Formats: sequence, structure tokens, C-alpha cells
Amino acid sequence: MTKITVSIKDLSRSYGSRSAVRNIGFELRQGEVLGLLGPNGAGKTTTLQMLAGCLAPSTGAIEICGINLLERPREAKALLGYLPETPPLYRELTVDEYLRLAARLHRIPKHEIADAVDKARQRCGLIEVGKRLIGNLSKGYQQRVGIAQAIVHNPRVVIMDEPTVGLDPIQIREIRSLIRELGGEHSVILSTHILPEVESVCDRIQIMNQGKLVFGGDMTELKQTYPDQANLEEVFIQLTQQAEEKA
Amino acid sequence: MIFTIAAKELKILFSGPMAWIILAVLEIILAYFFLNQVDAFLAIQPQLTALANPPGVTELIVTPLFGNAAIILLMAVPLLSMRLIAEERRNQTLNLLLSAPVSVSEIILGKFLGLMAFLSLLIGLVALMSLSLYAGATLDPGLLAGNIVGLVLLAASFAALGLFISSLTAHPIIAAIGTFGALLGLWIINMSAHDADSWLNTLSLMKHFESFNRGIIASADAAYFVLFIALFLVLAVRRLDNDRTHG
Repeated sequence: MTKITVSIKDLSRSYGSRSAVRNIGFELRQGEVLGLLGPNGAGKTTTLQMLAGCLAPSTGAIEICGINLLERPREAKALLGYLPETPPLYRELTVDEYLRLAARLHRIPKHEIADAVDKARQRCGLIEVGKRLIGNLSKGYQQRVGIAQAIVHNPRVVIMDEPTVGLDPIQIREIRSLIRELGGEHSVILSTHILPEVESVCDRIQIMNQGKLVFGGDMTELKQTYPDQANLEEVFIQLTQQAEEKA
Repeated sequence: MIFTIAAKELKILFSGPMAWIILAVLEIILAYFFLNQVDAFLAIQPQLTALANPPGVTELIVTPLFGNAAIILLMAVPLLSMRLIAEERRNQTLNLLLSAPVSVSEIILGKFLGLMAFLSLLIGLVALMSLSLYAGATLDPGLLAGNIVGLVLLAASFAALGLFISSLTAHPIIAAIGTFGALLGLWIINMSAHDADSWLNTLSLMKHFESFNRGIIASADAAYFVLFIALFLVLAVRRLDNDRTHG
């Protein structure tokens, strides 16, 4: 049996009286890539923010490799890499300076920092731009720096919020193969609303709508559950519209 | 980890023109004031020798110099502290710190220390200016030390309040104006005090700095500054933590 790296139970979050995420729960095993799907405003970003420890859930529990994120945040966060919707980049720093900072913040021992930064740059295709200021890079390169920041400390779980947004088709293909590669040793959770992306990189799918999980499973399960639908897109539309009709 | 964040703050501060311009402008203004004071001293020196117990060069030059440096810091600190949290919130870079295995107190203390390192540099330059008087006179080292300690405590109080106000908003300019207003208010709050025991005197930043300025290191005044700094740092930690729970 493979190890469970992320386990969330009964997770809810409300902003004032509006509830963004309602009682969701799922598990992720080592080496898996999980795609979090949903229309705009479904609660994907809120869920990922809670997983990354940037937002406290209203109720529920999150465990990263068996460590409770809310009770022992420091240990749990050390195992996480997070790429938010807007990459958290300091425009005034060079790529190298920024990645070194990210490495230090994640408590990588001093003598291993240079290696870690080199490896992250290599994986994200940032070899040539190490000395350039982040503010002067194109959007696609900035996105790659954001990804490099999330994997520099070799985390067990990588959380990415719409990782391929703003990239050109070649970069998208590169990033997807990087995500697949990461999926080999790490666990990856990514959110997206690009359906082909999910089919090409994800082992498992969670579809969210209006703060609730409406489907969870892999592609074969999806086909078994919805045999009438030809592809993921139709299932997605059916699921999200169903929920709307109910509401 | 606190020092990593402090180093990052300093680095970002010095990578823009703001820090250099503030250093240069303050240095020019203080140098002008200093030379003016030296001139005035030389003009009245013959009359001083006629006095039985004349005030020394430290009292006539260093004390007013530090008094003026205090006023100038009151105007400069809001410009330096405004971006500490407000700008990170606006650029959504706080996520890098919040998702790293770092506590909110470490983030606040790191930012505070980073700003203090910069302010110490500024105060160091004022102290060097005073020490240059050794070229032609003897100083009262106790009085000079009292002034340096007082100015560091005062600057730290300004920085703590500025950091707290920066944590309240996502707009650096609002943080700057708010901090400046609050500091100026606390500086002159004793204007309407009718007697020396008035509680307005107890609140006033200026009153507590005055005794240091005269060379008296009183534990009551030092305690006021230490409590002031601790109060606003704790409030800033609380405020930033609230982002996570209520944001």
C-alpha cells in the first residue's frame, strides 16, 4: 500500500456568512497527481490556500504525511510547496536571490542551498535567467520562477493553483511534463479549469462546484459512473449544471 | 529564520532608490544643521569662557542635533515602514512567507529587525557626525551615549507602530499617512497638558525622549519605550494572524 500524503476531512470555510467550501474531504497518495476541477468560484483556490496553511479552515482537519497542519504548522509546512494563483514574487530580486531566499525560508541547510537552487532552476528551465531581475522577466518565466519556488526544497506535497495560466503552448507542454515528473516522487495537487490538462497529467480528479465535491475518482471510475458521456468535458458540464438546478 | 527575513527586507529596501534617497536627504539636512550649530557655538565661545559653569560642546551641539534627528526620523520612518506588510499584501507575496515553515511572530520580528538595521545605520551616521567633534574638542561620552540609546529606542518605537499600521491595510500610502499621523499625534499629545503629572505627558513620545536627550537614562522612560514597542509588535502579529483566520 502506498503512503497517504494528504488527508483532509470535513473541511469547511466561510467568509462571513458566505460559505466558500463545504465539508469536503479527500486523500492523496504518494506519487499521485490530483486535479481539482471546477467552474469559477467553486472554492478551488480557497481549498488550496487552506491546504498550504495560508488560510485557517472554519472546521475540519488537514494532515500532511500524518502531521496535523493546524496543530503542528511548522513541521507540516516544511513538507509542502505552494504555488498560489498569483506567484509570490519579489520583483526587486534576481531569480537566484529569490530562490535562495525560498530555500532558506524552507530551512534547507546552508551547504545544500546552492545545489537545491541549481536543481530547481534546471527543472523549470531557468538556467539562463538566474542573474536577471524577476520584474524584468516575461509572464511565462515568472510563472516558472513561481513553480521553482514551490519545489526548491524538494517537498513531499506540491500544491499548484492554475500552474499553466499565462504560458505559451510549448511552455504548457514543458510544465505538464514537469508536473508528471514531480508526480513520480512527490504528490501533486493542482487546480485548473482546463479539462485537457487534467486528462493529460492527473491520476485522479476531484470536481468541485459551489464549495462541494461532486465527483472524486480516477478516469476509469469517471467513465464507469457516467457511461453516457463521451468525455470529461460533458461529465463536467453535467455535474456542474445538475448542482445548479438543485440549487 | 528571523534573520533571513530581516536580510530580505534590507535587501529589498536597498534594491530600490527609496532607501538611498532617504539616507542622502537626511544626511544633507542633518549635516547642514550640524554645521550651523558648530558655527553658532564658535560665535558664542568667547562669552562662554566668562561663565562659571559653562555648557559644554556636547550640550550645545550634540543635544540639539539628536533632537532634530528625532523629528526627522518621525517623518522618515512612515515612508520606510509603509511597505513592510501593506505592499506584500497588495502584491500577494505574503503567501511565500505564510506557506513557509515560519511563524507569524518570526515574520513580524524579521521585518522589524530589518527596518531597525536600516534605522541603526542612519543613527550611526548621526553618531559619527557627533564623534567628528573630537577633532577639535572633548565630548561628554555619557551624554552622547544617552542620546544614542534614546534615539535607537525612539526609532524602534516608530518602527513598531509603523509596522502595525502597515499590517492594517493593503495600501502603502495609507499606511504611511496613518503612521505619520499617529506618530505626530503621540509626539505632541502633551501640548495640552496643564501640569507636569498629567497623563498626557506619560503618553507623549517626546517627553520620554527628552530625558535621554538631556543625558538621563531613566528606567521609567526606557520601560515606556520597551512597552510601546512590544505592544505594537504583538498587535501586528495578531493582525497578520487574523488574515489567516478571517481573511
